Amino acid sequence: MNALDIQGLRLQLPGSARPVLDGVDLTVAPGETVALVGESGSGKTLTSRTALGLLPPGAVTEGRVLVDGQDVLTMAPDRLRALRTGQAAMIFQDPGAAINPLRRIGDFLTESVRLTGTVNAADADRRAVELLDAVGLGPELLRRYPGQLSGGMLQRVMIAAALMGDPILLLADEPTTALDVTSQAEVVALLGRLRARFGTGLLFVTHDLGLAAAISDRVYVMYAGRIAETGPAAALFDRPRHPYTAALLASTPRLEAPSGRLAAIDGQPPDLRQELTGCAFAARCLHATELCREEAPALRGTHPAACHHPLEGSRTDA
Amino acid sequence: MPEPVLQVTGLRRTFGAVRAVDDVSFTLGAGGSLGIVGESGSGKTTTARIIVGLEQADEGQVTVQARARAGRARGRAERLARAREVQMVFQDPYLSLDPRTSVEAVLRETLRLHFPGTDHEARIRELLDQVGLGTRAADALPRQLSGGQRQRVAIARALAVQPAVLVLDEAVAALDVSVQAQVLNLLADIREQTGIGYLFITHDLGVVRCVTDEVIVMRHGRIVESGPTGRVLADPEHPYTRLLLESVPRPGWDPDGIAAARRAL
Repeated sequence: MNALDIQGLRLQLPGSARPVLDGVDLTVAPGETVALVGESGSGKTLTSRTALGLLPPGAVTEGRVLVDGQDVLTMAPDRLRALRTGQAAMIFQDPGAAINPLRRIGDFLTESVRLTGTVNAADADRRAVELLDAVGLGPELLRRYPGQLSGGMLQRVMIAAALMGDPILLLADEPTTALDVTSQAEVVALLGRLRARFGTGLLFVTHDLGLAAAISDRVYVMYAGRIAETGPAAALFDRPRHPYTAALLASTPRLEAPSGRLAAIDGQPPDLRQELTGCAFAARCLHATELCREEAPALRGTHPAACHHPLEGSRTDA
Repeated sequence: MPEPVLQVTGLRRTFGAVRAVDDVSFTLGAGGSLGIVGESGSGKTTTARIIVGLEQADEGQVTVQARARAGRARGRAERLARAREVQMVFQDPYLSLDPRTSVEAVLRETLRLHFPGTDHEARIRELLDQVGLGTRAADALPRQLSGGQRQRVAIARALAVQPAVLVLDEAVAALDVSVQAQVLNLLADIREQTGIGYLFITHDLGVVRCVTDEVIVMRHGRIVESGPTGRVLADPEHPYTRLLLESVPRPGWDPDGIAAARRAL
């Protein structure tokens, strides 16, 4: 059974002319790292948050979001609360904003499992020390306050807190964006080790294509609430089939590339206030035809891309 | 080497026991582009703030267009004269613009302050055109603009006084990849057309590769390595520069190795 299985998820918000998420299919197997890549407004954060049943006010959903085989969207509130302290956990972007600065690290780590009443205080403390050790931090941290720790250390505390309930699914929303590059490596290395040790499925939400390529087994690329392309990380980055993936790769400043102009994508992602007919990327796409503007393409192929005219060949001639 | 437009010598600044900037010296040639890279706490932003005059140095000198800047600006005229030489674009396009002021009014305010008594309409059109904003954007308030458009407004405002040096402090870090590419290309075009010099403060080595001729690597307030961007990135001499380069995620990346190297350094 998949740790996360999203089937045909559609999410409509009041005041928007089109669904914010439009038929999203996504799976994360136990022990697998899956990257969900997209720019702001693509719906990547919203998608990951539905796995915890965190929906924006007024949201109307269709489809199913199965965590460990159970549909989060139709779950009773007390089941949902148990899910959030147990099977699924999230690591947020800014650890400074996600941890109460007035409470000690020890309280922060143990509060979720103690609230459910399944674990007594001594056991919760023991577990917290064990997990702090797993993320490379000492037991003395239990007595410290968040303000006394660096950003990288706080993010490791966040990861330890997420593991307290033995989750089968870990959702990480840009967990390294607020960190320096060298501490980013440390956090990623840690996530990799923990995934291997605990067999947790990891959904890594990021805007950074290089990072997604470096750490994930499979990648989903989102654009305007739809999955544009999905496949194994290596195939997707070496031979992107969707013109949006190719354009995104070409517009990323790279160390290996010569200096000078980048291949920028003209225009902007479609506005939520406008209805979408056809492919969401058609207005910015060099390969768009009449068909693209009229009919939304479905995800097709063994390395699926939602495109009427998928690219063949390598990135260099895309 | 062309005539230096900005020269920094022996800059020092301490905050309590912390040496934020420790003996920093470099030169930016006219029309050149110099990158300063480093992690948080490296002193790159403090250096930038001293150069634009938002912070005072304890020691050292900043010389712009062969004129030394000694201490704080005395009086309004000198402050404005300094502002005409060096301008700055900040990281967050959502914080650097007044939410109640339209794009056109932002530019007019700056032009009025520096060039009173002249007609600014033509210049406003020219600036909007230069940063790729249509006249339709002129009446917009910041909240009606996207992040990329706002950053274009901030660039237009900085260019309005025709500075010799533009200091860009993580100016593209908050933008999406596709928008970031548009703004980086725009900055390259502007430098080609106007011969303005850039001081590019960033943590992103890919951005440095793309837009700078020379680069300085800072760590704990000191310069650990400097040189032509191509040379430093292809053949780094300092172990810290090597660590920074290895830390850039890519396929086949070894985060465990980087974490070990970081602790060893």
